[in-house]
Amino acid sequence: MTHPLLDIRNLHLTMTSFDGAAHVLNGIDLTVNRGEIWGLVGESGCGKSLTGLSISRLVSTPPARYIDGEILFEGRDILSLPAKEVQSLRGKRIGMIFQDPTTNLNPSYRIGEQLVDVALAAARHDASILDCPPNASRRERRRAARRLAGDMLDRVGIPNAEARLDNYPHEFSGGMRQRVLIAMALIGRPDLLIADEPTTALDVSVQAQILKLLKGTVADHFIGVILITHNLGVVAETCSHVAVMYAGNIVESGPVAEVIERPAHPYTKALMASIPTKHSKRGSLNGLGGSVPNLISAPPGCRFAPRCPHAVEACTQTLPKPVQVGGTHHAACIRLTETEDLVDA
Amino acid sequence: MLYFILRRILLLIPVVIGLTVIMFAIARLLPGDPVSLAAGPNATQSEIDALAREFGLDQPIWTQYFDYLSGLLHGDLGTSLLTRRPVAADIAAYLPATLELVIAAMLIAVCIGIPLGLATAVWRNRWPDYLSQVVAIGAISMPRFFLGLLLQLCFAMWLMWLPLGGRLPIIVIPPPTVTGFLTIDSLLAGDMHTFVTALRHLAMPAIAMSLSPLATIMRMMRASTIEVMSQDYVTTARALGLPRAKIILKYIARNAVSATLTVIGLYFGWLLGGTVLVETVFDWPGLGLYATKAIISQDMMPVIGVALVIGLMFVAANLVIDLLYGVINPKVRYS
Repeated sequence: MTHPLLDIRNLHLTMTSFDGAAHVLNGIDLTVNRGEIWGLVGESGCGKSLTGLSISRLVSTPPARYIDGEILFEGRDILSLPAKEVQSLRGKRIGMIFQDPTTNLNPSYRIGEQLVDVALAAARHDASILDCPPNASRRERRRAARRLAGDMLDRVGIPNAEARLDNYPHEFSGGMRQRVLIAMALIGRPDLLIADEPTTALDVSVQAQILKLLKGTVADHFIGVILITHNLGVVAETCSHVAVMYAGNIVESGPVAEVIERPAHPYTKALMASIPTKHSKRGSLNGLGGSVPNLISAPPGCRFAPRCPHAVEACTQTLPKPVQVGGTHHAACIRLTETEDLVDA
Repeated sequence: MLYFILRRILLLIPVVIGLTVIMFAIARLLPGDPVSLAAGPNATQSEIDALAREFGLDQPIWTQYFDYLSGLLHGDLGTSLLTRRPVAADIAAYLPATLELVIAAMLIAVCIGIPLGLATAVWRNRWPDYLSQVVAIGAISMPRFFLGLLLQLCFAMWLMWLPLGGRLPIIVIPPPTVTGFLTIDSLLAGDMHTFVTALRHLAMPAIAMSLSPLATIMRMMRASTIEVMSQDYVTTARALGLPRAKIILKYIARNAVSATLTVIGLYFGWLLGGTVLVETVFDWPGLGLYATKAIISQDMMPVIGVALVIGLMFVAANLVIDLLYGVINPKVRYS
């Protein structure tokens, strides 16, 4: 039996703070296959970045504690692997891109050197990356890594790549730096790419270029991508699938076209309704009332219930299980059939 | 780059003027008459006047000052009232000893303080960190001369591993002077025996002087390392699978050192000015001892000269530090 690329099952994570333990991930289920681009959307603090960091096991424990669940990467549970093996996955099998390109490159080293270091680290687990004989000397390996770094920069669309290897990060623009970071994340030929708000800090025009680049990468290398964002527009444009998160739960997931066209969960509907369109009147924004609940002593029921216009007594009793809406489209709400009518009415 | 250095050298001019003006003012304001002190207890008034005339001390102070400045342009730092030797020659003889001591102390402080600071940051809030914190506070708060005495008691009197003081025993012939540093000169001359002897004499005063900068550098390095460790690019480096040792020793250390450099520069000047006590305790023939003798006999020319040289050294040390910033931080280099 072949395993999916990534299979997160019932992931629970608590964070210890001075006020007590906050239950920030409350049973995450997510399956990513090769060739899929999953958009992970939700408002700030819903746990989408923590989910991404957990996959590379970059959340420091303590203060965090995984109390239940597993993260299966090709069938192996990342949370129970020895640290050495997790490190061999990072960069080599799982690549990551972060939000702010201005702070994610080391200011003191030329970008060529940083790329070479990542390539050499990845080559320790798979020598074929460098495309040089296994008994090659250190110098030869470095030279091969540098050649590869130049190729990667060229591939992510940096003009005059070979020469720019010798530039420092501050000599690049924001968009170019994000390209460098993408090259860095891809240089080890990962199978899974986690992009945590890769375009949030960029201009809209540069955003589009970066997203196109990501999409092209998936097509070329047949890898899986998790794109963490709070921008539904980005998801609609780039992703094949989407998972909507609210306060530590995935409330709705499925193919992007279905979820966006026929949102089932009240939270997704509210998110969709809050996007201004060209038809909406000037000065009228459809925000969602209330705010994210306190996760330290969260009630047992649906975490969206306090803000949900359709909530009933039963909603506050137990956490709703994902219900199939159609195909692979699921939503975690006990009032799906009722709300369907309510919206249509 | 050249422009940067030139600008810094131009900045020396106000430093020199400021230092000399202040020193001249202090010399005039101090009670007592240095000339009669230098002339001796049995000198007559006419002998004292003759001495004052010989050194130009009967002139108004601003004439004395401009005479001094014009002498300075020719590298003349005046003449000692007491010994009648040119101050410049004296300083040239004593400065290398002090520099050797200060540089040795700074080398110890930097070579131990920086790795220790890095290590305590990486293993913070565990027992090596707490231990180093206690030792650091002890080292900073203990006066250097007292520490010197303790070292002498322990290593010279009880254990008898190291000599009590001095730079070289009288019976050892010093190596031919090249740099004025006995350790380097003896190495250049290929004289291993003298080298070891000089090193053994250098060890205790250098350690006594190094402890407080060592502790400060260690704490600074610890603080800046902790700050750098929380930077995004460190997370990125971890996320992309770089080995932990490489992240710490290469990606973190370089950025953390750059914040610590300032302290190193300041301490260098501070040590230069503060060698007096250690030089006295260890009988080290350096600028500190020279200046102390001059101050006691109110011989102002050597005092002004020493202050000037130390001031210039301080500026030079900070220039070197500023240049090092450029080496470590490429952003500084280009702006």
